Amino acid sequence: MSQPATQTFYWSLRRELWENRSIYIAPVVVALVLLFGFVISMHTLPSRMIVAADLGHTGERAMLARPYAVAAYLMVVIAFIIGAFYCLDALHGERRDRSILFWKSLPVSDRTIVLSKASIPLIVLPLLIFVIIIAVQLMMLLLSTMALLGNGPGLMTLWAQLPLVKMALALIYALIAIALWHAPIYGWLLLVSGWAKRAAFLWAILPVITILFFETIAFRTSHFALFLGYRVSGWLTQAFADQAADSFAAEPLRSLDPLRFISTPGLWVGLLFAAAFIAAAVRLRRNRKGI
Amino acid sequence: MACIEARGLRKAFGSTIALDGLDLRVEEGRILGLIGPNGAGKSTALNAILGLTQYEGELKVLGRNPWTERDLLMRDVAFIADVAVLPRWIRVRQVVDYLAGVHPRFDRAKAEAFLAKTNIKRTSKVRELSKGMVTQLHLALVMAIDARLLVLDEPTIGLDILYRKQFYDSLLNDYFDHSRTIIVTTHQVEEIQDVLTDLMFIDRGRIVLGCSMEEFESRYSEVMVRPENVAAARALRPIRERQLFGRSILLFDRADREQLASLGDVRTPSIADLFVAVMGQTEGAAR
Repeated sequence: MSQPATQTFYWSLRRELWENRSIYIAPVVVALVLLFGFVISMHTLPSRMIVAADLGHTGERAMLARPYAVAAYLMVVIAFIIGAFYCLDALHGERRDRSILFWKSLPVSDRTIVLSKASIPLIVLPLLIFVIIIAVQLMMLLLSTMALLGNGPGLMTLWAQLPLVKMALALIYALIAIALWHAPIYGWLLLVSGWAKRAAFLWAILPVITILFFETIAFRTSHFALFLGYRVSGWLTQAFADQAADSFAAEPLRSLDPLRFISTPGLWVGLLFAAAFIAAAVRLRRNRKGI
Repeated sequence: MACIEARGLRKAFGSTIALDGLDLRVEEGRILGLIGPNGAGKSTALNAILGLTQYEGELKVLGRNPWTERDLLMRDVAFIADVAVLPRWIRVRQVVDYLAGVHPRFDRAKAEAFLAKTNIKRTSKVRELSKGMVTQLHLALVMAIDARLLVLDEPTIGLDILYRKQFYDSLLNDYFDHSRTIIVTTHQVEEIQDVLTDLMFIDRGRIVLGCSMEEFESRYSEVMVRPENVAAARALRPIRERQLFGRSILLFDRADREQLASLGDVRTPSIADLFVAVMGQTEGAAR
């Protein structure tokens, strides 16, 4: 009579969501603010539709799709911030309030616990953010439709030209690419969270800042800064062939480049580091009691 | 089968030795009181048994290595650590759900029945409960686990007398059934004297005394000596002498009860008094 590992994992995941309600509340709040901004912009929509009509096919599509792409992009950034702060606290909070002693009194392995925490930014948040983005885009379409009622041609153009489904498919691809690309960042934050006695945020960024300054002073170069930028936003250049915002908005699927992405060494090296960081966090938790 | 078997258990934190070659054997179905001064190694020993800390030496708990098999071991072991460790953000309903989800030996109906006897609301968060209620909740959860070994490390610390009494009463009446083993550490020794079947004193990482309660009762006697008999009583080599209301109280190890009865009133000492006597002896020996 033993609980299947998937069930233990499932409940541990739910446990994370009970504890960290900001994981879903924060993006919903941001989404509502975005929508509110979009509502305000609605009074200029009819005139913008007229401008767009003069831009030619691609230009028109790009201009129509741009707000939808921008909303998606903003939500992705928000998810990254939430994921980073979540990881930083994930293994620290339970030691701070000593509840780790309670969790450890249960037949759940350290590996299950750490993996359930790691899957919040790697699986749960991307799924959640996908649903929220789709909901936001549908709301935006609904609002635009209402604003264009009585404006027959504008309404027709909007529904005909907006590549909403293609954008959704591109979004799935992008979310997977981003999660894989950022995995080492989350792994590093989890590790620091399990290691630091206090000020986990400081310990997470201090080595980074130190290396940055050291390199600048010692060699007057900025390779490390470039590397950091690549780690944060490299998924964009590696997973998409054409990063010009307008052509992406107009033809979302054309710029996907999965072959280039999976043949990027940075992806695999990053995943190796992520695995190493997470494995280290598991080992560290075995020995941890309270702070 | 022994529930816990340790041989030459060692653990050092830097230059501080917490466990100094500890040998320990706890049979199934016992209620063992592990008693020692602060820093004696009690918590370290319990942590080793629970798989929370690494150690040198041999240790088997229910036939398992606690360090490498903690998650498996915890199917059969429950513990309440020395401070309230239930997460403060969790709701009562959630923690019951979680245990029902992850623990193969957790009986949800039992937990609900224990909770029904308290004033704890299912929708409350732990942070909204009083300290006594948090302990009641933790106890209800633990007692709903069909464990073979229960470890209690200062379970009643910070509780008022009512809750403390209730705690041990429900443990004995509703939980203990002679197939389970319970280990308790506490500084409130007098509370558990009637509860224990076995007694163990630990000091400086070693066991300085280990006996069953029957042995304890037959072996140690305390005499409130009549003033005229004090010199005669001292000649019998008590292990400790103390004064109370101007009367001498002498504690004897393996003395003849009839002989003692002629000197004054004989009774079984409290664990606390024996503890002070034994610790005094080892202090003397150390010097």
